[in-house]
Amino acid sequence: MTLRARDLTVNIGGRTVVDAVSFDVADGDRLGIIGESGSGKSMTALAMLGLLPDGATATGSIRLDDREILGLPDRELARLRGSRIGMVFQEPRTSLNPIRTIGRQIMEPVRIHQRLGRAECRSRALELAKLVALNDPETLLSRYPHQLSGGQRQRVGIAIALAAEPQLLIADEPTTALDVTIQAEILELFDRLVDALGTSLIFITHDLAVLQSIVARALVLERGQVAESGSVEDLLRAPASPIARRIVDAARATSWQKPEAP
Amino acid sequence: MTTTVPIVRQRGWARTFIRNPAGVFGLVTTVALVSCALLSIVWTPYDPVHTDVLSKWHPPSSAHLLGTDNIGRDIFSVLLAGSRVTLQVAVGSALVAAVVGVVFAALGSLTARWFREIIAVLIDILIAFPTLLIAMMLASALGGSIMVVIVAVGISFGVNVGRVSRPEIRRVSRSEFVTAGIAAGLGPVRNLTRHTLPNVAPVFIVQLSWCMAVAVLAETGLSYLGYGAPVSTPSWGRVLAELQSYIGIHPLSVVWPGLAITITVLGFNLLGDGLRDATDPRLGRPEVITA
Repeated sequence: MTLRARDLTVNIGGRTVVDAVSFDVADGDRLGIIGESGSGKSMTALAMLGLLPDGATATGSIRLDDREILGLPDRELARLRGSRIGMVFQEPRTSLNPIRTIGRQIMEPVRIHQRLGRAECRSRALELAKLVALNDPETLLSRYPHQLSGGQRQRVGIAIALAAEPQLLIADEPTTALDVTIQAEILELFDRLVDALGTSLIFITHDLAVLQSIVARALVLERGQVAESGSVEDLLRAPASPIARRIVDAARATSWQKPEAP
Repeated sequence: MTTTVPIVRQRGWARTFIRNPAGVFGLVTTVALVSCALLSIVWTPYDPVHTDVLSKWHPPSSAHLLGTDNIGRDIFSVLLAGSRVTLQVAVGSALVAAVVGVVFAALGSLTARWFREIIAVLIDILIAFPTLLIAMMLASALGGSIMVVIVAVGISFGVNVGRVSRPEIRRVSRSEFVTAGIAAGLGPVRNLTRHTLPNVAPVFIVQLSWCMAVAVLAETGLSYLGYGAPVSTPSWGRVLAELQSYIGIHPLSVVWPGLAITITVLGFNLLGDGLRDATDPRLGRPEVITA
């Protein structure tokens, strides 16, 4: 699988929120997208799945294995969503249906894309629950989202995104809504799963520490434009653009410094 | 691969419902109404439309359980037969209201913006039409019948259901789990039936049970005004209308149809509330241990 975005531009009501963004993601590749709120990170992610809000238009090109997917009719997009490209959302409290059991929600993409029978779906759901390291998966499948903790819910979100075995996973700030300790666990899970399954990953975040721990290559977005792109190591060591410098400085200022011994 | 049976699970909605006395009361009265209606098809103690002037105003006795009315009809038989009308009106109105409500709510929340706004205005216009006016227009065209009551109450309440649930559908259809459903590859129909409508269902359940209650009352009022069931059909509303002029002399005779209407209306409302509380997993059904 290769994803190739060229001059991706998103307009909402006459305002350009994503401005000529280009990037490539190769098979098994990981790409980070970092930027402040309103920099167009989420819109870039949503555009790739054709999930832009009402009134938004996207131009440019997004090619998935040499097939143009930007502007595909909804029917065609529905076939790609979940099965080729999976998505993990920011807020696991609102991205799960409150009145359906966890099991049903994990089974849904399997049902749609892989047309398995009921029993096979169930055992696949159990497999997925174990894959994302949910404790006591048999019990959890019959529970409702409000009975789970934030970290468990995000694990469910990841299980749903991976259920139909997509080749590309897009994660839109998947750890932002979680406690710091849980964040580390979820990041570790992403790292492990993406490696084990050979899935490509686009990871969106505003947090430099998170970015550093999960990807080696990143785009820095500012007001919809790519301010800088390259390896995260270079970004940390010698940020070239003003916005990258600001992000790095801010991260340094807030990170905990070990007090000097007297 | 073997799947083990869960040990702890949330108590089922039926069990939760059974533990709610108000809901059970609603269920019992509703079942009683249905039983009465079914029974009256095959048996009533007396012919409910048979008049006998010689035996008018009998007090309650073993022969006439609830006494007789001003023209000697057995009140118990009339009420038993009238439960059929009540049940038809309640269920019929709720069905019409459900269809009208879902159509209005869906068109007014899931379509293009200009169309949504037209629907919103249309709802506001239709709401301004009183049920009575719709019933009068229908009755003048078709003559008074149970159908007129059903359609009039169904339409006017359906518009109301649409108005109340429209923003609710809109809110749910824009929530993140619906977007997540689309991102997982769900088509618009599946998304509507799996995610959006089930989350709006509590609003519909309560609204429709209320509609059934309102329909019973509307039948009373419309029959009273002559737009409802024809004179030959025994109905609770008609009995109440006919007997209310004697309330000073034979108060007990009016109590029976009044009581029947009150209990039925209350029952529908409590049944709706009970069902809503029991079917919504977020309202905290307790967990039980099952082996």
